[in-house]
Amino acid sequence: MGKEMLRVEHVGMKFNLSRERVDTLKEYVLKKIKGEIKYNEFWALKDVDFSVQKGDRVGILGLNGAGKSTLLKVVAGVFKPTEGQVVKHGKIVPLLELGAGFEPQYTGAENIYLYGSMLGYSKSFIEEKYDEIVEFSELKDFIDVPVKNYSSGMKSRLGFAIATTVKPQILILDEVLSVGDAKFRKKSEKRIMDMFDSNVTVLFVSHNLDQVLRVCNKAILLDHGHLIAKGDVEEVAEAYQEMVGDK
Amino acid sequence: MKKMIEGFFHYFFLLKELVKRGITLKYRRSYLGIIWSLLEPLLTMIVLTIIFGTLLGRSGKDYPVYILSGRLLYSFFSQGTTNALKSIRANSGMIKKVYIPKYLYPLSGVLFNYIIFLISLIVLVVVALVLGVKPTMYIFQVFVPLIILFLLTFGIGMILATIGVFFRDMEYLWSVATMLIMYASAIFYYPETILEASTGWILRYNPLFAVISNFRSAIFGEPMNLYYTFYSLGFAVISLIIGVIMFYKQQDKFILHI
Repeated sequence: MGKEMLRVEHVGMKFNLSRERVDTLKEYVLKKIKGEIKYNEFWALKDVDFSVQKGDRVGILGLNGAGKSTLLKVVAGVFKPTEGQVVKHGKIVPLLELGAGFEPQYTGAENIYLYGSMLGYSKSFIEEKYDEIVEFSELKDFIDVPVKNYSSGMKSRLGFAIATTVKPQILILDEVLSVGDAKFRKKSEKRIMDMFDSNVTVLFVSHNLDQVLRVCNKAILLDHGHLIAKGDVEEVAEAYQEMVGDK
Repeated sequence: MKKMIEGFFHYFFLLKELVKRGITLKYRRSYLGIIWSLLEPLLTMIVLTIIFGTLLGRSGKDYPVYILSGRLLYSFFSQGTTNALKSIRANSGMIKKVYIPKYLYPLSGVLFNYIIFLISLIVLVVVALVLGVKPTMYIFQVFVPLIILFLLTFGIGMILATIGVFFRDMEYLWSVATMLIMYASAIFYYPETILEASTGWILRYNPLFAVISNFRSAIFGEPMNLYYTFYSLGFAVISLIIGVIMFYKQQDKFILHI
């Protein structure tokens, strides 16, 4: 067994789903007085507990609404868990919703610096990798164009190129292997495979079971926020297929 | 606190990028760019001087300097706080995606406005020299109101940023409030008559007026008013403490409301 990279300890994530949207102070005060604000408590994750060793590639399986994306966001630090905690050893690079953090009025070049700084890169690191990022994203001719004029494919390509320039210790992938056209997809898959070879730890969400079996060696299965299986990918995949089959 | 300081160095480059973005985007697509930060206060000063100076018969060669100093400080305060107020919602795309200490958003919003404000002080220097307002030893006092102004704006900005996440109405309420503050800050009138009247408390309890008043003392070569100094400093520090505590208590809930 290798070194432990990530430990998710009894994590629970509760959302208060208000039945109606309360956006304004007036509405809030009125409804509070009338006692109309009712929350539906909703546990997107409940008592999820597992640990990931160095070099493990963990597939996260589950039906829609099982809490997969919530779990990734908790691990990435975007959500703070209501219960439990996440212990991380090493740099995490989340590849979630690529390009969602771009500043639309900024050019591609400016966004490389902004986005890179958000991911925690240093200035010298970005300067050093700048050409490589531009080249990988195939956006040389558009790099001085504001990102608001980019197509969604171009945005994802740039986001992918920036986020994967660094060699992270923990990589979070949320169905991002389907970025761009077939050619770019091949290229991005290759880049991720290269990272796998360098013994990176991966959390991978996909509905494509074949892809999960190909990429991962471990897996966990979530159902309505509960962890119902963890272990080797084949066993968990079997459990997942059973679950899908039953329905 | 220790974590905050460590994080600050770790995220210093990001903070710089966010500040740069604020300045760049403010003047992007205008031909004169950053020159507007000089031109705009100058033009407003001319307009205000014509209206209040000529029509209302306020003479005095240094009246334009008086107006300009008040207006520059006020517009930093109003733009800095407004920017902080909107900062969390404006950056929701980033917040939903990667973890970044959230105080960086209101802080960068206030900081970039502060830098633009410091640049625009050049206009004040030029106008003062042209109109013959000579600097004296008292000019070194100018740092006191400038620092207090920053703390005050950031403190109020943090409070507003927290409230703004939960209640969008705050944006509209605050735009009305800043207008009120403007009229209560003696920007284009002389405060003496009001201070002596029964409504004087409006000025005396307004920390921004205290800051502006001390700033003007430094420019016109008078000693600072100690009451104003301590009142505005106290107000700034208390609002900063309240703002930071509020922000830190609520920041984990931001994501659920944006």
